[in-house]
Amino acid sequence: MLQDLAAVDTHPLAATAARYVGLLPLLPLAGFLVNGALSLIPAYRAGPGDPSAAGHDHDAGAAHAVDHAEQGGAAGDDHHAVARHRFAGVVSVVGPLVLALSFGLAVAIFLAMASAGEMKAPYVQRMFDWMVTGDLKISWAFQVDQLSMIMVLVITGVGTLIHIFSVGYMRDDPGYPRYFAYLNLFVAFMLVLVLGASYPVLFVGWEGVGLCSYLLIGFWFSEKANADAGKKAFIVNRIGDFGFLIAMFLLFANLRTLDFIAVAASAPTLGYNSALVTTICLFFFLGCAGKSAQLPLYVWLPDAMAGPTPVSALIHAATMVTAGVYLIARSGFLFAMSPTACITVAVVGTLTALFAATIGLKQWDIKKVLAYSTISQLGYMFMGVGAGAYAAGMFHLVTHAFFKALLFLGSGSVIFAMHRAYHHTGSHEDAQDMRNMGGLRKYMPVTFVLMWIATLAIAGVPPFSGFFSKDGILGAVFARAQHGALAESTWLGMPGSAVLYVLYALGLVTAFLTAIYMTRMMLYTFHGPNRTGEAEQAHLAEAPWTMTGPLVVLGALSAVGGWLNLPAALPLGPVGLLEHWLEPVVGSATAAVAGTVGEEVTSTEFFLIGAAVAIAILGIVVAVVRLKPAALVPKRDAVPSHGFEHVLEEKYYVDEIYDDAVVRPLVSGSRNILWTGIDRGIIDNLFVNGSAGLARGVGWIGSQMQSGETGAYAWAIAIGALAVLGAFTFR
Amino acid sequence: MIAEALFFSAVLFTIGIIGVLTRRNAIIIFMCVELMLNAVNLSFIALSRLHASANGQVFVLFVMTIAAAEAAVGLAIIISIFRHHKSVDLRNINLLKG
Repeated sequence: MLQDLAAVDTHPLAATAARYVGLLPLLPLAGFLVNGALSLIPAYRAGPGDPSAAGHDHDAGAAHAVDHAEQGGAAGDDHHAVARHRFAGVVSVVGPLVLALSFGLAVAIFLAMASAGEMKAPYVQRMFDWMVTGDLKISWAFQVDQLSMIMVLVITGVGTLIHIFSVGYMRDDPGYPRYFAYLNLFVAFMLVLVLGASYPVLFVGWEGVGLCSYLLIGFWFSEKANADAGKKAFIVNRIGDFGFLIAMFLLFANLRTLDFIAVAASAPTLGYNSALVTTICLFFFLGCAGKSAQLPLYVWLPDAMAGPTPVSALIHAATMVTAGVYLIARSGFLFAMSPTACITVAVVGTLTALFAATIGLKQWDIKKVLAYSTISQLGYMFMGVGAGAYAAGMFHLVTHAFFKALLFLGSGSVIFAMHRAYHHTGSHEDAQDMRNMGGLRKYMPVTFVLMWIATLAIAGVPPFSGFFSKDGILGAVFARAQHGALAESTWLGMPGSAVLYVLYALGLVTAFLTAIYMTRMMLYTFHGPNRTGEAEQAHLAEAPWTMTGPLVVLGALSAVGGWLNLPAALPLGPVGLLEHWLEPVVGSATAAVAGTVGEEVTSTEFFLIGAAVAIAILGIVVAVVRLKPAALVPKRDAVPSHGFEHVLEEKYYVDEIYDDAVVRPLVSGSRNILWTGIDRGIIDNLFVNGSAGLARGVGWIGSQMQSGETGAYAWAIAIGALAVLGAFTFR
Repeated sequence: MIAEALFFSAVLFTIGIIGVLTRRNAIIIFMCVELMLNAVNLSFIALSRLHASANGQVFVLFVMTIAAAEAAVGLAIIISIFRHHKSVDLRNINLLKG
């Protein structure tokens, strides 16, 4: 049994830093406890300097609400130059420090793994028995293997940078400790998610990050739109979580175990391409579609931009939303058994990528562009893992974490500057609308250069990281279309090979659109004349070093991240590092999907790379030629768009359609049938009031017999006595 | 002899019942109740003799004792009702009406 191989004592990692794996999530959890405790203390010292001294509530949330009302509350990100929280200093140290420690430990474990050499079985550390009932035995166990370590490094590494960025970005917020408490808690749960050695432990993290996402989207909850966005994210994710649960139940019902190692060992008993394994995979994918914002459950992610921008960077771009990709890579042994499920994943991913990219073309809110871009890039990742290219999918996950975190933090830095400028002049303009920006390269040179690096990376221009990872996915899809299990299978009656060729073509179209909308964002934000306003221009300035520092690091990673996994066709260094690293975890699943065709470099491969590069550069050129930032007017002067443009701007009216098709029928059904009909009609009136009425009626009959006339009683007694006598006599 | 005594007892009891059921004056009803008690006493005595057992006579003594106490209490109640209502007609006394 594989489980025996993974026995803790004999494992090569047993005596290394890996035995402290439990500390990885505990460190951020400790940070959560400290910051959470500090957040309970009133934001300001009582006294003359107290901005809430004028009879306002001392509670941080309430003080914020008052402040918000005074400023008129611009939509989305909002910075309130009040005064720093009295414990902001402690929080600024604790929040990022626990992450940095976690990252250090992760690096130590990574180095130990690297020096341990070939490690076939993962290192599983069992902490305690969590649920033991009947056949079900779930221990709280963490699994250290190549896949989980990649995720841990990304989460703690990018997480540390974003925490440091947040120190500058959230500086003046009264909820500063609360913010860091939530952020620390998020990282703790995210680490549980990726380290869990069984589906239930993973699910704990899965739900925990959902909770933190909800809390952070609605961080400025005094604005109803923000609170609603949080609720939307939470509720839409419930749909996906239902799928996850069903998949777990099905797994347990058939395999009697939920540990990854044991499931992987006994998965073949489910039967290759059986209806059962396809069902399980599709239910898991439903969970992924919710968490990773894929069609049709992507609608929560654009709204999630209501949270602070570093949250969007950490949770809604770099880590949490990629949990679905991780889950599929982790469950590769299941998906590899069902070509149907694999192609479904790839199809949904591709359609999502294309769909979101078209919407991204016409968004004006800088964060909305990035949100749709995130959905689109997640679609790419699913295209990759769906095609059984788990290493390519994970590679894109890693590079995306770099460049998308950079883009979000860069946009945060832009919004920070815009907001500060508007705050100085007391203007209530939208600080996130690109029509109010323009020409920012003059004022924010560092952000400008770094965001161009990220844009080139996401557009797929060599030699930036996104080029290699996107090319890896597209190349894998093309290769699967040519040969392998997927090409030979059928999907909804269509030959798998044809479907995959179409997906590849759509992937190229999406790459083209990606280049256009990202260039559009850069042009409108940083190029052309400035549209912020005469008075505001004097106050536009680069962000402080706590914010630009992390940007520089992410910029470097976005630029060179491609070297993690160079394709064989471009041997600019060691080839396929990440692929070799992940080989022990996903290698057999990849082989099952891809077949055993050799990996020799062909002219087709060069052609594919050339096509991808040409498409990306063409997209950028088209955007530069077609878009005229100089012709743009500020938001307040903008004329409404028409036709298809308007449909794109309104996001295909998907939210409205969901409202009409799902939300409204559900609400009215709940109100008219469940509430008025069943709850109030049957339960309240029939059962509760009905039984009371029955008792009252019977009592009324009894009370009518109580006439108070002794004679009547005497008659009743006499007749009763006679009846009893009669009964005894004539029985 | 015993048959006659039992018959007489039944007659007395019936007269008592009819009195209780038909009359409205509390004193008369009270007297009729006494009549019923004594009818029962009579049948006890007769059956005691029939069975040659003293148990019946013991019961009669008990009944007479209780009846005496009951008469005292009952009459006291009737008197206080009369003081209150200036009447002992039971049709007027229905304080226990539900």
